[in-house]
Amino acid sequence: MPLKLCERPAVNSAELTSLHTHTYTHTHEGIGAAVPRVGAKRLVQGQARYCDDIELPRMVHVCFLRSPYAHARIFSVDTKAARAMPGVVSVITGADLREHCEPFLGVLNHLPGMVSAPQWPLALNTARWQGEPVVMIAAQTRAQAEDALALVEVDWEPLEPVVDPEAALAQDAIAIHPELEKANLAYETRVDRGDYEGEVARSAVSVSLNISTTRVTAVTLEPRGVVADWDSGREELTVWMGTQVPHMMQSVLARHLRLAENRVRVVVMETGGSFGLKIHTYPDEFAAVMLSRLLGRPVKFMADRLESFSSDVHARAHTARVEIAVSPDHQIRAFGVDGLLGIGAYSKHPRGSVNEVRHVVNLLGAPYQFAALHAHVRVAFQNKTPYGMYRGVGHPIVCLLTEMAVECAARKLKVDPVEFRFQNYRADSDYPAELLSGTKLEALSHEACLRKLVSLMDYPALRQAQAKALTEGRYQGIGFATFVENSNHGSATYGRGGAPIAANDGCTVRLQVDGTVLCSSGATDTGQGTETALTQIVAHTLDLPLSDVRMQLGDTAAAPVSGGNWGSRGTGVAGEAALQASLALKEEVLRCASVLWEVPQDRIRLQGKQLLDVLGGQVLGTLAQLCQAAYVRPDLFKSGPVPQLAVTRFYAQREYDGGIYTNGVQASWVEVDVRTGCVRLLKHWIVDDCGVVINPALADEQLRGAVVQGIGQALLEGCLYDDQGQLMNATMAEYLTPMAGEMPDICVGHVVTPTQSSKLGAKGVAEAGITGAIAAVVNAVNDALFPLNGQVTDLPVTPDRILKAIGVIH
Amino acid sequence: MTFISDQQPEPELNIKLQVNGQPVHAQVLVRQHLGDFLRESQGFKGTHIGCEHGVCGACTVRVDGRAVRSCLTLAVQADAAQVFTIEGLSDDLVVRALQDSFVSCHAMQCGFCTAGMLLTAAELLQTQLEPSREEVREYLSGNYCRCTGYESIVNAVMDAAQTLRKARGEQR
Amino acid sequence: MKAAPFKYVLAQSLEHCLELLGEHGDDARLLAGGQSLLPSLALRLSAPALLIDINRVKEISEAPQITTDVVRLSALTRHADLIASPVVKASLPLLNQAAPWIAHPGIRNRGTIGGSLALGDPASELPACAVAAGATFILQSKSRGVRRVPARAFYQGMFRNACAADEMIVAVEFARMDTWQTGFKEVARRKGDYAMVGLAGQAQRSGQRLTNVGLSFFAVGDYPVLAEPICQAIEAADSAKQAVAMALDVYERGMQASADLWCSSQAKKYIGRSVLEDVIHDLYQ
Repeated sequence: MPLKLCERPAVNSAELTSLHTHTYTHTHEGIGAAVPRVGAKRLVQGQARYCDDIELPRMVHVCFLRSPYAHARIFSVDTKAARAMPGVVSVITGADLREHCEPFLGVLNHLPGMVSAPQWPLALNTARWQGEPVVMIAAQTRAQAEDALALVEVDWEPLEPVVDPEAALAQDAIAIHPELEKANLAYETRVDRGDYEGEVARSAVSVSLNISTTRVTAVTLEPRGVVADWDSGREELTVWMGTQVPHMMQSVLARHLRLAENRVRVVVMETGGSFGLKIHTYPDEFAAVMLSRLLGRPVKFMADRLESFSSDVHARAHTARVEIAVSPDHQIRAFGVDGLLGIGAYSKHPRGSVNEVRHVVNLLGAPYQFAALHAHVRVAFQNKTPYGMYRGVGHPIVCLLTEMAVECAARKLKVDPVEFRFQNYRADSDYPAELLSGTKLEALSHEACLRKLVSLMDYPALRQAQAKALTEGRYQGIGFATFVENSNHGSATYGRGGAPIAANDGCTVRLQVDGTVLCSSGATDTGQGTETALTQIVAHTLDLPLSDVRMQLGDTAAAPVSGGNWGSRGTGVAGEAALQASLALKEEVLRCASVLWEVPQDRIRLQGKQLLDVLGGQVLGTLAQLCQAAYVRPDLFKSGPVPQLAVTRFYAQREYDGGIYTNGVQASWVEVDVRTGCVRLLKHWIVDDCGVVINPALADEQLRGAVVQGIGQALLEGCLYDDQGQLMNATMAEYLTPMAGEMPDICVGHVVTPTQSSKLGAKGVAEAGITGAIAAVVNAVNDALFPLNGQVTDLPVTPDRILKAIGVIH
Repeated sequence: MTFISDQQPEPELNIKLQVNGQPVHAQVLVRQHLGDFLRESQGFKGTHIGCEHGVCGACTVRVDGRAVRSCLTLAVQADAAQVFTIEGLSDDLVVRALQDSFVSCHAMQCGFCTAGMLLTAAELLQTQLEPSREEVREYLSGNYCRCTGYESIVNAVMDAAQTLRKARGEQR
Repeated sequence: MKAAPFKYVLAQSLEHCLELLGEHGDDARLLAGGQSLLPSLALRLSAPALLIDINRVKEISEAPQITTDVVRLSALTRHADLIASPVVKASLPLLNQAAPWIAHPGIRNRGTIGGSLALGDPASELPACAVAAGATFILQSKSRGVRRVPARAFYQGMFRNACAADEMIVAVEFARMDTWQTGFKEVARRKGDYAMVGLAGQAQRSGQRLTNVGLSFFAVGDYPVLAEPICQAIEAADSAKQAVAMALDVYERGMQASADLWCSSQAKKYIGRSVLEDVIHDLYQ
């Protein structure tokens, strides 16, 4: 299978051999064009409509009494005074909802040994995390609901909280879910390949690092929320929500509320950021939806910032011991990891909360050739906010573990970290490949990416600058991170585990009477530009200006069942469905033109909104004329079926069921002020290979935004808990996210290795930025601290940790 | 059963102000902040609420010519004030230039922070038309964006500044 | 996060305002810029019965007033004005240096010096500047009339100060700093954040000696205090180098810093060393 590794041309369509590009009129706006996002004017004029903008007649607003304790028995709830408050419509406890729904259970049954406990929308007898919703109050306004909240009386018995994951797995630990056999062990997985002990023993250099990360959370600027409207006449439910996966929500709502799916409609309008946060089911949202059905009126729930911090999913708090063994001739021989992850009180339904460790086990050392692998990770329940997917999921962690170990080994060997990587990468020509862990990789391009990166950043000049700074008593550092990121998933991740999450995506493309196109896709756009990319694909295929294609997303009533956006699959999977639907529609247009104008089909071309006979060059008619005839004059089509100018196609990635991996390399250049422990980010680079790039501008912005999120986890972000399981920094002043003042400019480059698994050749790009950024920045800081014998292995890398690492405080 | 007449009504006041150039008379709850007033009673949804404790900047509007966090201002405090939201500023030369630059420089993704960014950046460009990139970053340092990583926003503000400088130059 | 209900009154004049304070005292809060008050209402950390809006009180809205020796700032002077005012820039350079570090432009458009000084948040800039500069707060109440309280005596504990329940700050007076040396340094993770460690300072310089040194750290203790032993050490020095050495010695032996959520007390103390060093160098410029 010949693979082309090439620099990205200005327009990528040359690589798509199935699409002709010569003399086409509008393809300058199509695939490969850096056009501004469709609908941008709407955003800058304040016309976008988000969930909280919806107002429906008789709508009520809800808020929740949430457990102030990490672990507590609930003996009784007195709502009498709350009910009497002005504006209050309803006060609901867990017992009120129990008979009306099925509980959540976040287990994937293809992960042996994975367990969780049933989770109800409102806690019944026991609260298991600080922030767990216990009582729901509905009132005419949110303010009135909050006033009433203050009067709800709960008789709590605080219980000993289980906070630390290590303690949670100890023999004598209190079981958070007593009915589970293995107490607080949610999942455990291990892989052992090759002679690990032997390789370590024989190695010239082995390095082991104890690395820990702190819980982070997505902090989307628009908090999550729902508006639910139960139509008691039709017995149908409509839910507006900012979600990445409307069809999954439709399935889950139907299942848990015991409705038929065709009576549940989920609609996504504009969403103010998601990054995985809004892919999950949340008990409070479900409670609000249920209330609409109980009351027969619309219900709105918007999480405020305070409750967001304690009830949005958290992610990525690992403790791991990672080990790397290197032979005398600088060959990496082995990678090993022993890790522990605490996922909070419940595994999330239906995706489960353990994917981060699957990534660690599947991808440790992934860019490199080596002979032995040891990976053992355990996942524990704890009395903290439940865990979920946050951009990159476990990929940033496994990249951090791998690349910190690699740079540490390089330093120990006194080899340049770039050189060391070139010596050890799996060669770009050595694909397709199967890793020791069993992960199948179609085609990666580590060498090409690193070569390009080194050139983009003028690496030798940076090392000179670093050396000069050192003579002036300034500590600069350069850090790299090679990353591997999954995209275009098939059914291996969820479907095989029984989760109601589609692995395919569908797209319907319809011609209107005037020859413009209306499309519906099951993909969603939470800011990344999916709508624009899909519009470009359809417009390119049909050679139409972008304005002639209207792509509608996110409505389960309009779009065929789809998996939605997650795991960087929007462009690759939904894009392919859009492409195949457009190609099929084009075929049908040509067939109809052939019948209508009595010219053999293979002489007809659709170009610039016209149908041309290539033999004489004459215009047979316009696309509009064809459509007009197709709809209002079907009698003119003398043979064959009536024109079928609406096509639906589904696409799923089946060959690489676990997904098509992408790759790239990042570099960070920093200066550490050793007087204050503060890190100044001088610049950042990323070279990414996501296959065919539909819109270079939007792809680059995805990368930049994700890089900055990675910088956040590396240096700033963390959910701080005390030993009683209380979240201490639940405001935006105390949970520190990246702001404009401190962020670097980010230089982006591309290498293009199209995937052969689709016509489009596009792979995902949404998560790549965050996946390598954390490791690149941490490596840069440690490079800066090396002359002072300092090393930080706990994230976030705060001034405290830096000052401790260089020994000036203890 | 409790009846309205049994309870102390929540304090309300009558205010008169200008919103987006139009006179508005309204009865407002005293505890309602300006952001909620603009969104809920005046229907101007373009201003967004991101944190409600003054940190994220998404709720920024213009009151009597100054950029102000609408979640940190009571609606009653806007009595006799001139208030502009993003919906009322498309005729403002500076805002218009910024809007065009934001579009061409890809300076928004989800759009939730955009109104706040535009209003804050507009205040910068009203005082000076030759900011450095660092000055732009500093001025916007109180406006949270999770999507873009800020670089494209800085590019857009620099681009708008250049457009406005050119226009000013042509006027002379 | 919606505030609990409260009553609201717009004060028409200073007299009206003092009348209201006299009557409602403990149950009322003054609403000036609101940039600290409104978040605490939204978070339901405080639930006053009455808000007294003082934003239209003319007597406390005057422009900076300058005499031969003194600059008088009305309580409603906005942080943005401290940056824009030519009077402040020339005659109160310490405040002009400090103000850009306060939060962000939108907040500086509304936040007031009176509000900031009255709140006395231990991590904020202006109370430390007032203490370093030995400013005088002008308080007023119906019961006691006008009282002049030195900044250095005003702060008495964490969010505790000499202001009685029926009193308010109407103005603050600073000795003119036109011919003085000033220094201001703040270390924060992000621009506009609460400081990790900060220091405000002023002094008079003659040759290689500094006199009338005033220094006040912020973000390290419960309230801003004059760092007297350090000031004295600097005054005893004959050169910048010596001043730094002697100051750091006193600092090392005496400084206690309180940790915050993200920064340990040892780290704050260590960071404070370079902050002190830099400010001393500024005072010697």
